[in-house]
Formats: sequence, C-alpha cells, structure tokens
Amino acid sequence: MTVVAPDETPLAHQRQQRLRLWLLLAPGALWLFFFFVLPLLIVMLYSFATPGPTGNVIWQFNFDSYITLIGKDLYFNAYYRSLWVGLQTTVICLLVGYPLALYMTLAEPKQRNLLLFLVLIPFWTNFLVRTYAWMIILSNNGLINDLLQWLGFAKQLLYPSAGAVLVGLIYGNLPFMVLPLFASLARFDFTLMEASADLGAGRWRSFWRIMFPLTVPGVVAGSVLVFIPTVGQFVVSDLLGGSKVDLLGNLLQRLFTRSNPPNWPLGSALALVFMFVLTLIVIIYFRTTTEEDR
Amino acid sequence: MHVTNTSAVVLQQVTKRFQNVTAVDAIDLDIRDGEFFSMLGPSGCGKTTTLRMIAGFEFPSSGVISLAGAQVEKVPAHLRNVNTVFQSYALFPHMTVAENIAFGLEMKNVPRADIKPRVDAALAMVQLGNYGARRPKQLSGGQQQRVALARALVNRPKVLLLDEPLGALDLKLRKEMQIELKRLQQEVGITFIYVTHDQEEALTMSDRIAVMHQGKLLQVGSPTEIYERPSSRFVADFIGEANFIDGVVTDIGAPYCTVRASNGLELKGMLQGASSVGAAVTIAIRPEKLRLTMQAPENVFTLAAKVEQVVYIGSDTRLTVRLSDTITLDVWEQNNRSTLDRDAYWQRGEQGFVTWNPDNALILTA
Repeated sequence: MTVVAPDETPLAHQRQQRLRLWLLLAPGALWLFFFFVLPLLIVMLYSFATPGPTGNVIWQFNFDSYITLIGKDLYFNAYYRSLWVGLQTTVICLLVGYPLALYMTLAEPKQRNLLLFLVLIPFWTNFLVRTYAWMIILSNNGLINDLLQWLGFAKQLLYPSAGAVLVGLIYGNLPFMVLPLFASLARFDFTLMEASADLGAGRWRSFWRIMFPLTVPGVVAGSVLVFIPTVGQFVVSDLLGGSKVDLLGNLLQRLFTRSNPPNWPLGSALALVFMFVLTLIVIIYFRTTTEEDR
Repeated sequence: MHVTNTSAVVLQQVTKRFQNVTAVDAIDLDIRDGEFFSMLGPSGCGKTTTLRMIAGFEFPSSGVISLAGAQVEKVPAHLRNVNTVFQSYALFPHMTVAENIAFGLEMKNVPRADIKPRVDAALAMVQLGNYGARRPKQLSGGQQQRVALARALVNRPKVLLLDEPLGALDLKLRKEMQIELKRLQQEVGITFIYVTHDQEEALTMSDRIAVMHQGKLLQVGSPTEIYERPSSRFVADFIGEANFIDGVVTDIGAPYCTVRASNGLELKGMLQGASSVGAAVTIAIRPEKLRLTMQAPENVFTLAAKVEQVVYIGSDTRLTVRLSDTITLDVWEQNNRSTLDRDAYWQRGEQGFVTWNPDNALILTA
C-alpha cells in the first residue's frame, strides 16, 4: 500500500512528477537545441550551398562540395592521416596510461592523491602555452638537443615534425586516458587477481583474462575521450608540425578562414563526412568491446 | 619436527613481519593428510596471514613451509597445488558459473574434452547442476559460496584453504553449510584448512583446532581437548565460557594440586603444565561443570555460596553465585530435573552449596 495525500490522486501525482522532470531537463535541452542541433542543421545546409567569389555563401543547392571531396586525394589523405594520428595517440596513451593508472590505484591513499593532483596540474595552464613549451623543449636550441649535444651526439631536427605533433598530442591527452582508467581500476576487486593466481594463472594471463576484461569500460571511455578530440584538433599539428603535417582540422580551419576566398560549403561537407566516419568508428568500437558484458 | 609422508602441510618456525609488526611469530604446525584443520582466533591474531602464506599470496619473512613433503615457501601461488575459497568468494563477475569453475582446469591445460565433464561433476557435487550458464551476480550468497567451493575443488588440490568462507551468510544458512562442508570434506578426502573466528564453527567441523593469539600458536588439539583441557587462560576464555580464580600454588600432588585463592580458600584442581609451590596460577572451571545444591553434599569438597543472579533461558538456568567478597562463579544448570524439585528453581538471595569434580578444575600457569 502506498500512502497518498488526501488531495492528491495517484494520477495527479504522476503528472506532477512528469512536469518536474521536464522542468529539470529544459535548460539542458534548450542549450543543446540552440547551440548544437541548430548550428549542425546550418552546417548541413551550407554543405549543399554554393561558394561565392568573396567567401560568401550563395543559396543555390547542389552536391558539388561532396563531389569535390570524393574527387581529390588531398581530402582523402587528410582523413587518413588524421585517423592514423588519432589511432597512434590513443594507443600510446593507453600503453602509457594503463600502467600509470594501475600504479595510482595500488599506491597508498596519500601518494595516490598526490599522483592524481600531478595528473591534473597541467589543466591549470592554458593548452596553447603548454604546446608552446613543447616547441621550446624540442627546438634546435632546446632542452633535448642541448642534452644530446652534451652527451656528444649530433643535434637532431625534432621540431617541426610529425613526431613532435605526436608528442604534443600524447602529452595533452594523457589525462583523459588516465582518469577513466583510474576510475575503472579503483572499482576493480584485486582479490580476483589472487583468485586467478590461486587457480594457476600467472601474472600475464591473470591480467588478460581477469583485470583487462573487467576494466574495458575505462579503456573504452579513455580511448574515445582521446581519439575524438585528437582527430579533429588543429592547434597542435599547426604549432608543432609547422605546415608539414596537414590534418583534417588544419584543412577545415583553412577552408573556413584562411584560404582565398574561404569555401564554407566545402568545409561544411568535409566536417559532416568526417563526423559521420567518426560516429561509425565509435559505434563499431563500442559494439566490439562491450559485447561480452551484455 | 620432522616431515612424515602423512603430513599435508608442515610449517616450521614460520614468521611474517609487516614493517615492524610481527603478524605471525615462529609457528610450528603439522597438518595431517585428509584432516579438517581449523585455525581459530580473534581478528588480527595472524590466522589469515598464515593461510595466505600457505596459499602463496604472502611469503614468510623466515621459516619453512612444506606441501606434501616439498618445500614451497618461495613458490608463487599459481604454481602451488592448493586452492582457496575466499571470504568474499572472489568469483569472476564477467564469466558464467561454468566458466568460473573451468578457469583453473584451463590454466592447467587440461584437455577441453575433459573440462566439461569435470565442471558438470563439480556443479553436481555442490548441488548447482542447472546453474552453469548463470552469472555469479544472479546467484544468492549461499549459491555463490557453493560455486567458490566447486571452483576450488574441481582442481583436486592437495589442500583446500578456506578463509572464513561462511562469514557473509546468515546464521541458519551458516549452520547448514557447516554440515555440508564437513560432509564434502569427508567425501573428497582433501585436507581442509579452515580459518575462522567463530569457536562454535571450529568445534562443529574440525578434526583438530589450532588456537592463535597475537601471532602465536597457543594450542593445537581436538575440539574436546581444546574445550576440556585448555592450556592457557586465553584459550579457556576464547573457547566457550569459564570462571577464573587467581591464586598461589600451596601443594603439588598427584593427581590434584592445591591452590590458595586470594580470599584464603583452598581449592583443588588438575595442573596443566608444570608449576611449583608459591607460583601464581589461575583456576579455570567451566560453568556447566559446577553444581549448586540446597544441602551440602557429604564427603565431597564443597563451598557455601549465595545466589546473586538467576537467568532462565529455557533449556538452561544461568546463575551467578558469590563465594566471597571477591569471588563470584557462573553456574549453568540444565533444566532436566523434575518440575517439583525445589533445587531446580533458585531465587535471588538464597544460600546454597557449590560442588565440582576437581578433574574439571584446571590450574593454568599461562
């Protein structure tokens, strides 16, 4: 038996509950509509429009932009390179981040908090400033080349280069990998590793059969958080790659602002196709990694 | 101590230190093949650490551990032929019950064709025949407990280690599982080493019990020995209940010795261990060994007592009687007398006489 207030029928109560729910959801829903759905629709509209001679948009609708995309290697290569850089960054972040997250999980509470703090500290500095710092570290007269020289090796051209871009991306994205992994590992019951050893599994087998499958949610979350922004970014590749490393973000930025004249319809089409590809990749990734637990 | 071929596990001077805490202090144990052996003690006494050293999760700071005659104290857990039932069960949540049970066999590279029948047999043994496809989460606590047991026993280990496996179950289920565990142990004939802080559990199931306190082994013996002939005040106090009277030895005799209690009373009892005249000792008497009567019995040592408290609990009546200003005794009387018997119904303030057989009064030196 549920107790109902005398002036309140269950139906009225239900209606009130629903109203409350809508009121709570409204700010977020409005925000998403005006600043996500609407702009996306505008971009879609642009992608079918025609570029004007001064960078303006002429409202004549056709598939020209999409045809241009398919026709030129430039765009395919940008997709390919961006995805490849994103994949490399994600995998290396995972390889570096998992042991780090594991170490943090197993550390004494005091030490663990310190490590968490250290992982978060870079966020307190502007991302651009941190990327400039890498320019200095990797430059011809930078820390690493000085060290090489001091050790008696020849100076290396570290910056600008594709490698420098990768270093910058891994550095900038590592916390986004470590934090979800840490959250996942903190929930992991380490007695299970003892149980696994007890049943005859060595450390490596215990890791792959027990710990890794049970921390897959963290791996998936971290990978998505690193992969998506990496693939679309343009700042790091611009600053650390010179103009040598042309990723999708750089191409987009150019199409919208720098090229003469700007071509918004083509840029919009490029962005939309890429969004579609990324969504597909993420869906496939989620499907393959979380299937077992369903 | 020498290792015989009938020993399943032998511990020689095994010590474990964590930083500056000595968790296990120079323990010697010889656990026989096929025995149900319990390690009993309050939390923090070192019993779980000892078990973890036998399992291979901890390595002793010093000392020797032998399994079936082979020295193993430095062998990692996954290479030892022992299996553990964990207090939290530690079932793998991402695997089915059958996969959990098959895991150990897989790790030992048992041929696939042999794994399924063995898993099925293990499930049948713990009466969970139809639960193989379920996830651990979908089972009750008692069922998870059985899966943990099956997962360990399917490997046919030399020794099965159980770390308070019934601690998370409710009382009724715990009693059922105690009987079940004992039955299983007799059926499979594997040596069980059972860690518990529950003395009743240890008494119910064990062939032998080791009582531990503060990292030290106090006494090893059968349940009867541990209960009837505790070697120290701690054991007498921890297992069951006991009256303690402090005193000084005044006469060493055979079979009985005499102790003068603090109020001058001279009491007789059996000396446990060695002592000498003038030594400080404690007399321990279990409350059910005492008899309270209205009239002083003839030709028997007896003491006048005043009833201070009467607690009737149905099957028993628990009385507290005062012998002197400083000494009170708990007396448990079974309510097996005629309901017309005046002695069966004591009232507060009544005078009576306490009697006991000096065989049951233990003079403890520790």
